[in-house]
Amino acid sequence: MIRVFALISTLCLTLFASVAQAQTLKLAVTTSFNNSGLSDVLLPAIKQDTGIEVQLLIVGTGQALRLGKAGDVDAILVHSRAAEEAFVAEGYGTYRREIMYNDFVLIGPAEDPAGISGAPTATQALQRIFGQQAVFVSRGDDSGTHKMERTLWTAAGLEPDTFKGWYRPVGAGMGAALNTASGMNAYLMADRASWLNFANKGDLALLYAGDPVLFNQYAFIPVDPARFPHVKNNLVQKLESWLTSERAAGLINGYQINGETLFTFNANPVP
Amino acid sequence: MNEILEGLKAASWLVLTFDSDLVEITLRSLQVTLTAVAIASLIGLPLGAWLAVHRFRHRRATIALLNALMGLPPVVVGLVVYLLLSRAGPFGVLDLLFTPTAMILAQIVIVTPLIASISHQAMRDLWASYHDLLISISTRKRQRIATLLWDGRRALITAALAGFGRAIGEVGAIMIVGGNIEHATRVLTTAIALETGKGNFDLALGLGFVLIALAILVNVTTHMIGRTESEGKW
Repeated sequence: MIRVFALISTLCLTLFASVAQAQTLKLAVTTSFNNSGLSDVLLPAIKQDTGIEVQLLIVGTGQALRLGKAGDVDAILVHSRAAEEAFVAEGYGTYRREIMYNDFVLIGPAEDPAGISGAPTATQALQRIFGQQAVFVSRGDDSGTHKMERTLWTAAGLEPDTFKGWYRPVGAGMGAALNTASGMNAYLMADRASWLNFANKGDLALLYAGDPVLFNQYAFIPVDPARFPHVKNNLVQKLESWLTSERAAGLINGYQINGETLFTFNANPVP
Repeated sequence: MNEILEGLKAASWLVLTFDSDLVEITLRSLQVTLTAVAIASLIGLPLGAWLAVHRFRHRRATIALLNALMGLPPVVVGLVVYLLLSRAGPFGVLDLLFTPTAMILAQIVIVTPLIASISHQAMRDLWASYHDLLISISTRKRQRIATLLWDGRRALITAALAGFGRAIGEVGAIMIVGGNIEHATRVLTTAIALETGKGNFDLALGLGFVLIALAILVNVTTHMIGRTESEGKW
């Protein structure tokens, strides 16, 4: 028994020791950043170039902002402009720096019972889904994708809160929502990157994309070191200059799945 | 059905190739859960025995409450521990959030009532048969508890294993307080949740089979060391 305890405690100590090394930084990111596979390309390069080990907290935009407001992360990388600007205005973040964009797409059953694939605009596509009362899965988790979806329903002159049983808010991340839609053969809105990297497509297909309103901007926000002195601001600055560098541009623009580019780098010089 | 076979295939592949990520998250799962169960046992086992031996005013209510706490929802425990350890919370300065230590703390809260309840149940039965003897040789309370714990050690191992079982498969609490950070706080259950989210069902299922095998391994090892069920005696 004593020997077992000795073994276990040695094991624990070695594991604890391996956690403590290296310069680490906590970054809250949206599920799409990780589900797309881009983080697997960028993080090793960041480690190699700057020596910083970025620890990702993969959550929805709502929760990412919440973590930033509590000072539990050093920076956030999310995609919901209005919420980000409020975050900065309330004094939790120092500023908002745009890094890259991709776009949202409408996914649905391949046979497309609501006929959205020929719709002239994204809002009309949603109106057709509404007209057919076709089953629609909503993220329902206050994430960037969810906020965008609600904005589009509003733009289509419709109010999601009044929708009946065909509208299913699942309150889950992009992956879980895609799994649900795949199981129910339902429509949903997803970011292009997560969709392309998703392995359980079933009978779902990409039905509508290309409307400029579906533009999806990702931005980097350092958590304000004046409010939270423990934030590792010098590492955050290093990470930001890396994310806006030529090297990051090359990796982000060059990241493809099945020959399709997922993200477009569009960082501007320092604001 | 096909996907389950794919899962088995993925599991064997991961184990046979000794996948370094798999080894890392498996060891972390063990580290977190074994530490949590060890500490929870140090609290729960004596507590159970003490409740069996000691008589006090609100004893029944305390035991009922302890039993009820066995059903403590892990997500709520996770949220409360998160709020306590958050920078904005009372223990924020300790900088424990999103570390294995935070995960251990959450699991201790989840598992201690379970271990204490099962321990109390076993100790109460044992106390019924030991009562007259231990009273007649005028032992002190501390000695009685020690005797019960030692003679009931087989039952206490079961209590600890029940705690291990609840903790090793737990995902709700450790996802919130650990954050599922790669190479820092990712364990088997949170990795399964992540891979399911990506739609990689075979990999998720493969990790699931590794988790089940790990639970069996720990239980069998415990029984071998304790030599239970082998000599037909206590």
